[in-house]
Amino acid sequence: MPPDGVARPRLPPPAPATAGLLAPAYLWMALAVFLPLAAMFYFSLLDRAPFGNRPAAFTLENYLAFVRRPYLLRVAWTSVSLGLWTTALCALLGWPAALALARAVGGRTRGALFLLVVLPFWTNGLVRIFSWTMVLSQGGLLDRVVRLVLPGAHPGEILYSYPAIVIGLVHAYLPYMVLTSYVSIAGIDPAIMEAARSLGARLPVLFAKVLLPLSLPGLASGAVLIFVPVLGSFMEPRILGGRVGVTMGTVIEDQFTQAFNWPLGAALSFTMLALVLAMFGLLSTATRLRGTT
Amino acid sequence: MTGAISRRGFSLYLGAGVVGALAAGYSRHGSAAETITVLNWQGYGTDEAWALKLFAEKTGITVRHDYFNSEPEMQTKLRTNPGAYDVVLINSARTRSIAADGLIDPISLDAVPNAGQLAPALRDHLNLVEDGKHYGVAWLWGMNSLAVRQGTVSNADSLALLSDPTWHNRVALFDDAVTEIGVGALLTGQDINAPKDLAVIGAKLKSMKPNVKLLWSSESEFNKAFSAGAFDVAIYWSGASARAQTRYHLPIEFIVPKEGAIGWLDGLSVPSAAKNKAGALKFISFMIDPEFYVQWAASAGAAASANAAAMAKLPADNAIKRIHKPEYLERLQFMSMLPDDRRQAFVDLWSEVKAFYAT
Repeated sequence: MPPDGVARPRLPPPAPATAGLLAPAYLWMALAVFLPLAAMFYFSLLDRAPFGNRPAAFTLENYLAFVRRPYLLRVAWTSVSLGLWTTALCALLGWPAALALARAVGGRTRGALFLLVVLPFWTNGLVRIFSWTMVLSQGGLLDRVVRLVLPGAHPGEILYSYPAIVIGLVHAYLPYMVLTSYVSIAGIDPAIMEAARSLGARLPVLFAKVLLPLSLPGLASGAVLIFVPVLGSFMEPRILGGRVGVTMGTVIEDQFTQAFNWPLGAALSFTMLALVLAMFGLLSTATRLRGTT
Repeated sequence: MTGAISRRGFSLYLGAGVVGALAAGYSRHGSAAETITVLNWQGYGTDEAWALKLFAEKTGITVRHDYFNSEPEMQTKLRTNPGAYDVVLINSARTRSIAADGLIDPISLDAVPNAGQLAPALRDHLNLVEDGKHYGVAWLWGMNSLAVRQGTVSNADSLALLSDPTWHNRVALFDDAVTEIGVGALLTGQDINAPKDLAVIGAKLKSMKPNVKLLWSSESEFNKAFSAGAFDVAIYWSGASARAQTRYHLPIEFIVPKEGAIGWLDGLSVPSAAKNKAGALKFISFMIDPEFYVQWAASAGAAASANAAAMAKLPADNAIKRIHKPEYLERLQFMSMLPDDRRQAFVDLWSEVKAFYAT
């Protein structure tokens, strides 16, 4: 706070006021996020779930899961590749939609289109997934439409396959990409685009040199919002993936629901969290290095 | 009264109102509407609307429900919500370990009038009894075994069907470690509860990979996929097969193959933290009453009753009676309590097999 006064307009509000505004949300976050996480971290260091009459002892054994169970590396890679595919497809589909929403439409049309984008948020996840089983199964909706358009075609079954999982995940997470990309595209000053055009930039150049770089923050935050939850997803893989639907999410779920081994489930979750943090750390270091050269 | 009520007056009225409302609620709860809460699989007998109405008429007790989607989830709920449940359905394989954790009470069968009709072998099954005390009342039994599509698969009499190349991409397995390790144990001639050679079982299960199309984890998921024609050969529940035949008219045939099948026995238990233990015992006795069972079996297609009198009262053409043939009992290996390390070994092996299927 400047020493010469408190009541000057347009200065940041005094510290107590800022604290007062922040406190409710952050206290809630501390309670709702960090406490359960701390409890899970504590569980991950035990040799058995600390319920019932039997005592539990401290151990680091659970964090050796990837060493003791090498097949988990393959499973982890499945999860990472699902995350990459889903994020990439969401970006490919979501960014153009965000561009159109920000630049080409307005008023009521934009409102209606936004409503359509956020619709998946309002649908129960299980309902969404089970409706995909009806669309993708043999003799399902998609199968019938293809046969109607191309008589004699045998599209086969998409359900119970890797693409089916990706379809379900893209459906669930596309809104994040559209919304975050929209925010950063809408924030681009139209004058910059006009300046580029007046200097003779054609569409591809405009895209590559102006639009894409300036909307990167939106793409990046969308990617984070999608990639991380997809790594832990288990409903889509289990229901849409059939035999191939084994991911870190389903392995962790099995530890909680089949083995009642909360410690191992928690340790696997934290290992994945560490992996994600390491990936983002590398990514941000790489971008910073590129920015400085 | 005219004019505004003073602030103190308002507080008094408000306080009186709250106390009155609480008192009314308490007395309603205490006398007229006695309740019990049951923890069970959804749609597994205890929540049949007509039965709850009948039970309420007989005893004045209202039955509420909470559900679980897996047995460990049930165990989690029992552990984390003490006092929330009065009756809990427990697969007898877990009864003794849950009793050892102090989560359920011993039950005096004298307090359960209909317990006298239970088949002695099931009533006193080792899974339910510890130190001569019953920790669960035998309620229903059934089998996890082979189920095939009628008309497509004929003369099925062996689990070897699961890896037979004829059924490439046409098999559905139950996503449950204990069941699938049990299937592997039957295929390799081992004890399902204490197999000596897990590696052989793992290899056997892995050999099914080209055939395995999906792993199901709920009855509705199985029925949806089966009626959509997704697979022809599967591991399924005997009771669910009966329901699929009677309720949904699915062309499903349940088979106990020459290798045998996995038997299970479900019991009803009373949590030690239950708030209405007397009401719980009344409900348990009602659940094993032939009056309830015969109507349930006729309308829904339940599992087989542990009550011999109830089974005898079923008509000869009943799907449950046809599926749960008495001669099958000799070929069953019942699921029993698994020590934690063995259960973990089963889950680890199944997890590894699933990861192998996925690549």
